[in-house]
Amino acid sequence: MINFSLKQLSKQLAAKKISSVELTQLYLDRIAAHNPVYNAYITVDAKTSLAQAVAADALIASGGAQALTGIPIAQKDIFCAKGWRTTCGSKMLGDFIAPYDAHVIEQFNKAGAVNLGKTNMDEFAMGSSNETSYFGPVRNPWNQNAVPGGSSGGAASAVAARLCAAATGTDTGGSIRQPAALCGITGIKPTYGTVSRYGMIAFASSLDQAGPMAKSAEDCALMLNVMTGFDCRDSTSLQREVEDYTRHLNQPLSGLRIGLPVEFFAEGLSDDVAARVQEAIAQYQKLGATVVDISLPNSKLAVPVYYVLAPAEASSNLSRFDGVRYGHRAAEYTDLADMYEKSRAEGFGAEVKRRIMMGTYVLSHGYYDAYYLQAQKIRRLIAQDFADAFKLCDVIMGPTSPSTAFNLGEKGDDPVQMYLSDIYTIAVNLAGLPGMSIPCGFGHNNMPTGLQIIGNYFDEARMLNVAHQYQLATDWHSRAPL
Amino acid sequence: MSLSTADVQKVARLARLAMNDTEIEAARAQLSGIFELIAQMQAVDTAGIEPMSHAQDLSQRLREDNVTETNQRELFQSIAPQVESGLYLVPQVIE
Repeated sequence: MINFSLKQLSKQLAAKKISSVELTQLYLDRIAAHNPVYNAYITVDAKTSLAQAVAADALIASGGAQALTGIPIAQKDIFCAKGWRTTCGSKMLGDFIAPYDAHVIEQFNKAGAVNLGKTNMDEFAMGSSNETSYFGPVRNPWNQNAVPGGSSGGAASAVAARLCAAATGTDTGGSIRQPAALCGITGIKPTYGTVSRYGMIAFASSLDQAGPMAKSAEDCALMLNVMTGFDCRDSTSLQREVEDYTRHLNQPLSGLRIGLPVEFFAEGLSDDVAARVQEAIAQYQKLGATVVDISLPNSKLAVPVYYVLAPAEASSNLSRFDGVRYGHRAAEYTDLADMYEKSRAEGFGAEVKRRIMMGTYVLSHGYYDAYYLQAQKIRRLIAQDFADAFKLCDVIMGPTSPSTAFNLGEKGDDPVQMYLSDIYTIAVNLAGLPGMSIPCGFGHNNMPTGLQIIGNYFDEARMLNVAHQYQLATDWHSRAPL
Repeated sequence: MSLSTADVQKVARLARLAMNDTEIEAARAQLSGIFELIAQMQAVDTAGIEPMSHAQDLSQRLREDNVTETNQRELFQSIAPQVESGLYLVPQVIE
């Protein structure tokens, strides 16, 4: 049952082979047994989850079920869910009970899905290993000494360890795709503006985008159907016609043009990942695709540009945490400024403070043009590279991450080394394009490798088709670390 | 590029982060390393390039100036560190 697709689970529920209460309890039991090791969840609330399951069973009995009704979904702890503790992986929000639902949570509630719990994450989504979480590191189910990736590391670990049917994540610089790759699961970051950011705790607002993390592309398509849609409460939410993301899944791939950026196969990519990605591309050629070399000459600047723009936006967004209206307040202080400084110093972890300081610096008087404006100009060059590339191909493919999962603590002392684990994913966020990662085999030490698929704006249905056809021809996505 | 201790102290103050001397020094070393990475940007000729602030070139959506939120003061104040008579309490700022 734990290896069933969402479609199969839905059929089981519809046929009364299992109830949502039983299915939810099955996952809650698995969480109780395995979460002490993986630490994939920060908060589990069995009573609330089971109450939602009871309601879902009633909905199914009344004939009102939708595709995800009764299915237990793990929610990244960045989404406010009314009545649930919502920490964003931070001491700052360690006791924060969300007073309202994020749009994404509302959408799952409307669909009759069960909220199985809140997954662990890097603090304020700032990290690539899940080691910056105030609630402790998450372990990779394929090797407990390895990181799951980040920032959606809890979600990736929970899906891989079968501690949920599917999960949500968010991706500012690779936070869905990189952990998906490192844990051997499928994840997609849709086009910026497709999923509402309302109630999703802000990191870098011009880059943040939510998306699904699941066992397969087909599952991701069903999840996206629920998560997307216009929401007037997010000023960057796009007004578009409702899409069925499953509509292209079964199309053949003959004639598909795959662009391979030379920059993604250069120095810095480990041999084992390179080999698995090349094998995946060979598989695509067998399925009828053709390959064309492309160039993204400015993509090498994506990491520096990102580490100006994202911290700049973060320093502004995180200024709201002042210990006045919600969040941590220091126990002792002399005056208002002292209260701000101590509350923030105690509430934020080292990486978050580092990024707030970087952002404050690049936005400060005298440095704005040299850093922030220059980064925004190069951001346009990076986006233009993709626009030129998509004249030659339908999708772009390459590695998701330069290596398989590294060990806990391995990159602990050097933030720059950690930042470079997102070299292939960050440019996609800067351009606002959709990107996904699918499992494509195993590297050294039998750790999963991920193939990244980048599409043009609003091409998610086509990308899911491309991923699904590969998953029909291979079984990497159905391997589980159990 | 290398940041000075005074630079880091100034940034910490602007960012409202209390930091002791050890933390300032650690931050100085790490931020200097990160700004070395960022310095790659300076070699790029961006003359005439329009800055890109956002992934979609859209203008801000406007709406009628109507009240759309309901008053949930009690709910929102129930999670505040310190409130009294419906007011958020902070240290005295005006004598």
